[in-house]
Amino acid sequence: MADVTLMKTPAETALAQAFESAKTTLPGTGESRAQAFEQFNSRGLPHRRVEEFKYTDLRTLLREVAPFAGAPSADQARSALEGAKALKGVEALQVPFVNGHFVRDAVDFHGLPENVEIVPMAEALANGHDWLAHLSPVPWANDNPVYQLNTSFMADGVMIRIAGPVATPLHLRFVTAASSAVATATRVLVVVEEDASVTLLETHESTDGANHQPNDVVELIAGDRTNVQHVRVNAEGDKALALSTLAAKIGGDAIFNSINVVAGAATSRHQVFAVLNGENTNLRVNGATMLKGSQHGDSTLVVEHGAPHCESRELFKTVIDNEATGVFQGKIIVPHHAQKTDGRMMSAALLLEEGGSMNNKPELEIFADDVQCAHGATCGQLDEDLLFYLMARGLPKKDAESLLVQAFLGEALEFVENETAREALVETVESWLKARA
Amino acid sequence: MLEIKNLVVQIEDKRILNGLNLTVNKGEVAAIMGPNGSGKSTLSYVIAGKEDYEILDGEILLDGQNLLEMEPDQRASAGVFLAFQYPLEIPGVASMTFLKAALNAQRKARGEEELTTPDFIKRVNAAAQQLEIPKDMLKRALNVGFSGGEKKRMEILQMALLQPSFCILDETDSGLDIDALRIVSEGVNALRSPDRAFLVITHYQRLLNHIVPDTVHVMHAGRIVKSGGKELALELEANGYADYRETEAA
Repeated sequence: MADVTLMKTPAETALAQAFESAKTTLPGTGESRAQAFEQFNSRGLPHRRVEEFKYTDLRTLLREVAPFAGAPSADQARSALEGAKALKGVEALQVPFVNGHFVRDAVDFHGLPENVEIVPMAEALANGHDWLAHLSPVPWANDNPVYQLNTSFMADGVMIRIAGPVATPLHLRFVTAASSAVATATRVLVVVEEDASVTLLETHESTDGANHQPNDVVELIAGDRTNVQHVRVNAEGDKALALSTLAAKIGGDAIFNSINVVAGAATSRHQVFAVLNGENTNLRVNGATMLKGSQHGDSTLVVEHGAPHCESRELFKTVIDNEATGVFQGKIIVPHHAQKTDGRMMSAALLLEEGGSMNNKPELEIFADDVQCAHGATCGQLDEDLLFYLMARGLPKKDAESLLVQAFLGEALEFVENETAREALVETVESWLKARA
Repeated sequence: MLEIKNLVVQIEDKRILNGLNLTVNKGEVAAIMGPNGSGKSTLSYVIAGKEDYEILDGEILLDGQNLLEMEPDQRASAGVFLAFQYPLEIPGVASMTFLKAALNAQRKARGEEELTTPDFIKRVNAAAQQLEIPKDMLKRALNVGFSGGEKKRMEILQMALLQPSFCILDETDSGLDIDALRIVSEGVNALRSPDRAFLVITHYQRLLNHIVPDTVHVMHAGRIVKSGGKELALELEANGYADYRETEAA
């Protein structure tokens, strides 16, 4: 057989050039960057023949690589943050990023709440820091091309240590305010020590009309008996290609509850890679995705039950209007030793019009013999009988549809513990529905 | 009030209503009785505007307005209310949210101001108390996990709040025990007024002991075959529908 040299796409070539010119200026020694980029480059952008990217073909979707954004000026950062709206009403300690760079002036390092420490990532990478050893808590995430690109290009972020209970939520606020398209790569590491608890809000916003290309990774190491509540909102601009990963390693007797609400971006893919590393841990990962026009929204999830007696619940709700495309890929892995695992995964999609599509791919890999695992996937339209019932009480059709869509998504939102955040998410759904009517 | 003229309706090529004529006057309580499959529920759905039916002929006028040209929500705002035989469960929609949305949608359609929340709550509580509906039931998702009797009471609560001018009760007595039947009937009787008409659809005379009708119509094979006063219901209870089946056969 003749040797075949794979043709690089223009985007792959541009990424290689970008890495070549950036590697000397990006913070840190560059060893792990170079390794990650080499791994990425050997296979290139994932395409539809790569199983994990079958429904989100990045080789086709990423045609042109936007230039990586530089750090904003103080004025730019201030005005970008003033305009930020996502989860604005929720009282929280702001940890803001503008154009992929941590805005350290916005944080009062001396007045941080008790049990919270924050270290800027660029500084840590440049000067070295003990906590860097905690990066990449989920080893197999390193095989993922989106993650590899983040490792290659990460320019900034923060490392946060939560040493005990923290009452005020921390809000990781990402804003991209550039008027022309930029790429960003941020890495946030949150180390939650034993017995600590925290609520993390994470929002992503960017200007409409520009093909922004954020690639953000949030990593979490949660020790035994921790309680972490995580609420993420994708409110990216209408042309953005938004890639993101949550990689979490969770100890025993812990609670981890994460939701991702998708209300923006032309194309988005959010990956959750979670390893349950101790017994009796409760994991919940939910998703509420709203897609319209020709939007494409991908939720990809891999949960490894690395210890026995853990419970995982995944509930993903997707509403698809017009000709939008939804993707859900969920995999639960239960190794031999993870007996008494209880896992339940559900993906439900609602297609509001003809022409939309949903791809559901639930997978279970079970090697233990004493487990309860279930998965389900549904795809349907609004129930005509319910619509009639509501209309017979006086609700115009659009209002009746909105009420049913809210109820549908509400099932995923109801697990959000922070009441103000939950109400803000309900408002996000309402305004999405209003824009539709 | 309500005038149905020569109504012919089919569903999937099956003729259900076959030239039905019926007039219900203002303030009147009209009962429709008839055997299974005579088209009673179809009639109620067609008046309320369910889509599945094909109207081949005839008209339905409410105070002179042609209902058949209106969407279900427009009919509701015009005063039509159907108490469902099987009220639907709507997971994720709290009963209170639903009631408020419905009430305000109708007010908006009629060009009236939306109710303020305290005013709304006052009205709901008053109606709920009369129907012996506990407050926590109103906080739950609409009809989800409700017993048959609770669902029917919730229908009458909606009727009491929305104050329709033409109410259809589709086998409201089915699935009710004696106490629930009494509560529901009292709820309905409280709403009787010279400005409001009722169409009470039932198999059994039992309900009509509680909600005493002014007129009784016997429905068979998609049309009204006999009309009379309340004594007609007793006659049917005694003799059954056999007479009408024979009439058909002859």
